[in-house]
Amino acid sequence: MSELLVKNAYVIDPINHIDGEVMDIAVKDGYIVEDVGPKAEVIDAGGCLTLPGGVDSHTHVCGTKVNFGRYMSPEDMRAGREVRRGVKHATSGYSVPTTYANSYRYALMGYTTLLEGAMAPLEARHTHEEFSATPLQDMMANTLFDGNWGVMKAVAEGDIERVAAIVGWTLSAVKGFGIKLTNPGGTEAWGYGKDLRCIKDEVPHFGVSPAEIIEAMIRACEMLRLPHSVHLHCNNLGTPGNYACTIGTFNLVPDLNKTRQSLYATHVQFHSYGGSDWKTFCSKAEPVAYTVNNLPQIVIDMGQVMFGKTTTMTADGPMEFNLYRLHHNKWSNHDVELETGSGIIPVLYRKKNLVNSIMWSIGLELALLVKDPWRCLLTTDNPNGAPFVKYPEIIALLMSKKYRDAEFATVNRRTESRVILPSLEREMDWNEIAVMTRAGQAKALGITGIGKGHLGIGAEADIAVYPLKVGEIDPAQEYQKIIDGFSKTRWTVKRGRPVARDGEILVHGENTTIWVDPKISPAHDMSRDPEFTEMFNHWYSVRMSNYPVQDEYLKRNLRMETEATI
Amino acid sequence: MIHEDMICPFCGCLCDDLVIETEGTEVVRVDNACTLGSHKLMNAGTHRLKSPIMREGGAWRDARYEEAIEYAAGILLDADRPLLYGWSSTQGEAQGTGVSMAELLGGVIDSTTSVCHGPSILAIQEVGHPGCTLGQVKNRADLIVYWGCNPTEAHPRHMSRYTTYADGYFLENAFRDRKLILVDVRKTETASIADEFVQVKPGGDYAVLSALRAIVRGREDVVPPTVAGVTKEQLLRVAALCKEAKFGALFFGVGLTMSPGKYKNVRNAIELVDELSRHTKFTLTPLRGHYNVYGSNEVFTWMTGYPYAVDFSRQIAFYNPGETTAVDLMARKECDAALIVASDPGAHFPKKCLEHLASIPSVLIDPMHTMTTPLVRCQIPTAVTGMDAPGTAYRMDGVPIHVKKFMDLGYPTDTEIIGSIFEKVKEVRHP
Ligand code: SF4
Repeated sequence: MSELLVKNAYVIDPINHIDGEVMDIAVKDGYIVEDVGPKAEVIDAGGCLTLPGGVDSHTHVCGTKVNFGRYMSPEDMRAGREVRRGVKHATSGYSVPTTYANSYRYALMGYTTLLEGAMAPLEARHTHEEFSATPLQDMMANTLFDGNWGVMKAVAEGDIERVAAIVGWTLSAVKGFGIKLTNPGGTEAWGYGKDLRCIKDEVPHFGVSPAEIIEAMIRACEMLRLPHSVHLHCNNLGTPGNYACTIGTFNLVPDLNKTRQSLYATHVQFHSYGGSDWKTFCSKAEPVAYTVNNLPQIVIDMGQVMFGKTTTMTADGPMEFNLYRLHHNKWSNHDVELETGSGIIPVLYRKKNLVNSIMWSIGLELALLVKDPWRCLLTTDNPNGAPFVKYPEIIALLMSKKYRDAEFATVNRRTESRVILPSLEREMDWNEIAVMTRAGQAKALGITGIGKGHLGIGAEADIAVYPLKVGEIDPAQEYQKIIDGFSKTRWTVKRGRPVARDGEILVHGENTTIWVDPKISPAHDMSRDPEFTEMFNHWYSVRMSNYPVQDEYLKRNLRMETEATI
Repeated sequence: MIHEDMICPFCGCLCDDLVIETEGTEVVRVDNACTLGSHKLMNAGTHRLKSPIMREGGAWRDARYEEAIEYAAGILLDADRPLLYGWSSTQGEAQGTGVSMAELLGGVIDSTTSVCHGPSILAIQEVGHPGCTLGQVKNRADLIVYWGCNPTEAHPRHMSRYTTYADGYFLENAFRDRKLILVDVRKTETASIADEFVQVKPGGDYAVLSALRAIVRGREDVVPPTVAGVTKEQLLRVAALCKEAKFGALFFGVGLTMSPGKYKNVRNAIELVDELSRHTKFTLTPLRGHYNVYGSNEVFTWMTGYPYAVDFSRQIAFYNPGETTAVDLMARKECDAALIVASDPGAHFPKKCLEHLASIPSVLIDPMHTMTTPLVRCQIPTAVTGMDAPGTAYRMDGVPIHVKKFMDLGYPTDTEIIGSIFEKVKEVRHP
């Protein structure tokens, strides 16, 4: 039995409607409780800003693609080297750090729960191996279905129940969390070097369109009662003029769930581009944000771009090839049979570059224009827009118009005529930041019920104490203090245990892998479906019996069982 | 007992459809495997070392596990520059423990990659890697190119499971619709079924790749009448076949990575694929030999940031192939103790390196006598992953597979032994 008392905490806990109350937080055996005994370990927060542990609802930190990013980039590894010390392993890497480095850096910033945005089902075991090696955060993985043959065939036949059955079986088999669609249909087309432009194009050989796939998957997701909605990387990422496709996609989405969104659209910055080519490239954050404001069934994340070096990686293979042809540095591509693909290239976002400057502006515009912070979450699509260590700077940009103006003065001059950022006056408050970095993310993921993203009684004791005195700082003016404060917690508490203090990692912990296991009726059990098993064994290069991720790959895990309606 | 859907722990194909019949601790029948796999599996229980052995004077004596583990930890702790080498025929879990131990010891950890596809990795680090999983090739590819390799003998089921003879989802009649090009310095078995056999003069791969790149780029005018023994006519034919294909898959072996030009050859091959990708879909995959050599690259990478040859002597992970690779370390007589795991440098390393290995304290973890045995001071037998131990292995295309156990001979696993050595190390050198 372990007990901990965090005293004098200046708490902001949006889910429990606490906005700046100085209070004590009692913790017992990893959960928040009413009270603890006199022997409890005490941490004095000293009136500092105390938030629920950070949640990242879209990041790329573990898996075959991430690891390939490391594998191909020794130059990146040399950037983040730290020596082994105490419980801390040696680390390497800046934009695609090693597993340990990712975990330590997130912990120092107060993050305790991460969602890996894209797991190829055939390679799921790898993701879980890296999860097991991630000491300080709870992990979950969205599972890619964008080119799944079984799904596309069922969609073509109009059989949504079968779509749900295939998704449900796969999630259980690969110990995945939710549905990820990356350029739906487009990755299948990329199997033969082609791409789709938008949601009405037909996927070669399968006679379905992205629009049909997306809609069917949204319905299937609800049938399975998954905690999270469909998580979509829209078609046509990164292309001038793609905002129309994005808006078209949003307008398709039915409102099917009372408790959360029906669609989570990720890294919308990359999907809010105007113009007809790179010469006329401009921001279309306004119409996209307007659409989001009008459709309560949609939640987005920013996918903010920040200047500097990074490595882009996405399951969107054709997009990465196009990007490679622009940058011409190096290019990796990895198509994974049946389900999905991926591409990786290093990039350098430069302030001098007009396109990069516009991209930087678009992310901020989206965040400032979407009225409800619960519906626009703070991400960089790590590491695509920037490595996650840039989050504190993004927070400061959202809280300070002065900082935005100062930065804007340093970007490409011609940006001014292509964006509306300088005209946006909004400055976010502490509560909005808490929503965008934890409460909103936990809610969108559907994990508040398992005690994530808040500090109510019974919640997991994931707590971040930042060296920030809310009453004494004016974020609009003193933005450097915001950046410093959010970069390094005074304490990060994970499941009731202090794991980081003032930039030091204190323990080698053990995470929980959260996965979803929909309970489906035997009639819809795909492992007994002759057509499905025959297809699997005939065309996949791994036998169906060898495909599911064995239990031993999940060290500590939380299985969320759902009562599917099929 | 019949064991279905078992996985072959031999080559990088990691075939997972084997049927193995056992009677007690004997394997009596293996179905679906090739000769290489069958041979390994049929002899699963034979030729095993019964217990650890240690050298005493000029002779071997049996030892207890405890004693051998103590010895291994001792030599590693005493060393200034311990080398932990091998790792390609063992489970991922053991590889991970090995990395942690190397880190704590401040040693160097390297895998057999440095003598097979190390150059491929160097090339990938320069220009990337347009690849895919083997299932993509099986279902889509209408053109297969094998370069500097002989799958018929080294990866006997590669063609039936993933390429030439495999059914393809998008191909009506896969066998007839698929073309095969073989590029090699000698006419191997595989040449007899190839549509084009391109015989390159030894050392000429780079030039041939460059010529093909020029042709694909539309600059056939710069190509001379013959390139490294290959006629321009044939080069034009090959380039046309590649461009006409809907999906081409290039596989290459150590014939390309270890011939003159080394990593530059691979770089050129990758850039050819890149060039072809502007016309059609083209991919490239290194034909990895050992069943889990790719796994060692994966595990090393997520733990240290580098795929092989990782040096922890500065307490950070440092990587510089040519300096921190096992062969170079031994040739310079730099390492002063060695732990060799699941590999056989005795059969593959230059003589100079082996002389050094024989002169330093060393431990071999391997189930059987190998060419390395005479060179070490102690050998610890373990279970064979995929026979009497389960574990994780990565196929040549990066797909992780859970390799299964189908018998029990009572041996500890590699992970257990390395874990025990690590425990002893930790007692002295606290993390
Ligand atoms: S091809 Fe390789 S993996 Fe397959 S049976 Fe033969 S040796 Fe084993």
